[in-house]
Amino acid sequence: MTHIVEMKGMNKYFGKLHVLKNIDLTVEQGEVVVIIGASGSGKSTLIRCVNGLEEFESGKLVVDGQALAPKGGNQKALAEIRKEVGMVFQQFNLFPHLTVKKNVMLAPMKVKNASQVVANGTAERLLNRVGIGDQADKYPSHLSGGQQQRVAIARALAMEPRLMLFDEPTSALDPEMIGEVLDVMRELAKEGMTMMVVTHEMGFAREVADRVIYIHEGQIVEQGKPDDVFDNPQNERTQAFLSRVLAH
Amino acid sequence: MEFQFQFDWQAAIDSIPFLLKGIPYTLLISFGGLLIGFVLGIIFGLLSINKHWFLRWPATAYIEIFRGTPILVQVLFIFYGLPDLIGSPINPLTAGIAAIALNSGAYISEVVRGGVQSIAKGQTEAGLSLGLSRTQTFWSIIWPQAFRRMIPPLGNQAIVSIKDTSLFSVIGVGELVRQGQIYIANTFTAFEVYFVVAILYLAITLSLSLILRLVERRGLASV
Repeated sequence: MTHIVEMKGMNKYFGKLHVLKNIDLTVEQGEVVVIIGASGSGKSTLIRCVNGLEEFESGKLVVDGQALAPKGGNQKALAEIRKEVGMVFQQFNLFPHLTVKKNVMLAPMKVKNASQVVANGTAERLLNRVGIGDQADKYPSHLSGGQQQRVAIARALAMEPRLMLFDEPTSALDPEMIGEVLDVMRELAKEGMTMMVVTHEMGFAREVADRVIYIHEGQIVEQGKPDDVFDNPQNERTQAFLSRVLAH
Repeated sequence: MEFQFQFDWQAAIDSIPFLLKGIPYTLLISFGGLLIGFVLGIIFGLLSINKHWFLRWPATAYIEIFRGTPILVQVLFIFYGLPDLIGSPINPLTAGIAAIALNSGAYISEVVRGGVQSIAKGQTEAGLSLGLSRTQTFWSIIWPQAFRRMIPPLGNQAIVSIKDTSLFSVIGVGELVRQGQIYIANTFTAFEVYFVVAILYLAITLSLSLILRLVERRGLASV
């Protein structure tokens, strides 16, 4: 198997705050890795380092064969990585001035120089796949949160990424809309997409993840198969966290 | 002594053809100046939020100088002062356009800065994460959204600048107020003529407000 993400001794600071401490992590192609942990534990920061939305201060980070340098060095590698790595945000971050379809068409046309016809075809196919085909000409603000997030997934997929990052994709959604977004993610995982998912949806993690990682105060304190981590956590921090989130 | 003032409608109406001759100058100075001011505003507004201090600093200096001094002083400086420096006279029309351009450019820089900074950081992150360069992200994602938010303050600036051109009667540009002054010098009907002058300014600014409102409604319909 080939590593698509490799972190070694990676450290990240926000000013004096040490947010990621000596992170060692590899993600294999086709693997679904779910990262859990309390808010402020550094889990979002971790996946934001993968596509360079956050810089790291020291250590090694290789994504899809491209080595990123600390402190935002190696912009060339970063540009290559971003073409291959898709990201879905908590707040969707759709482009409000563009229709749903244009949201999906923008990156293939600007980055890959896809023709209007090709980009249009890709957008229609992907929007149908996430169940938004009939809303393609609406503006994002006319869609529900769940629909917007599905468009955001389609937008990321339009670049045919080799890795998808999900940063709490359901945290901003009303409860009744969480299911429709998780369904799309479940499908993606089934089709073999490599995914790194930060989420509070423990049911999803248990069902879909190949590996669950628990982060506490910027350190990976436990990782393993979901059943092992959820049913038989070894670290007492993991035990405390899980008893809190699974209690209800 | 009895004092009675009678508004002389005939005098007002008679003055209109002469006053109208000032309108092309008023429009030329304001819109010519605003057009250049808009270009300056984009350039200096974006420079003022650049991460490099050596670009930011001069832009900020320009903005502060032209916002912080009266436009009357600016136009006097350009018309009477600058010729000493460059060794040739500047015609009043050029001086007027230059003053509006530099002055509105400073205010528009602030409008541009505010508009761009009002767009959520997540928009930039979404663009970058899709593989767009910083430049592509800015011009295809941030700028179109920022520009829509800039329309109302830009309209406001246009109205202010149109009225500012009235000050340029002091350098002898044949704009609306100057035409009024010349006319009054012959007829002594100050009340009537300045009344008409005011109405004419109002006609220009109200038309502009109306157009802007339509543009704004069309622009915002999608967001």
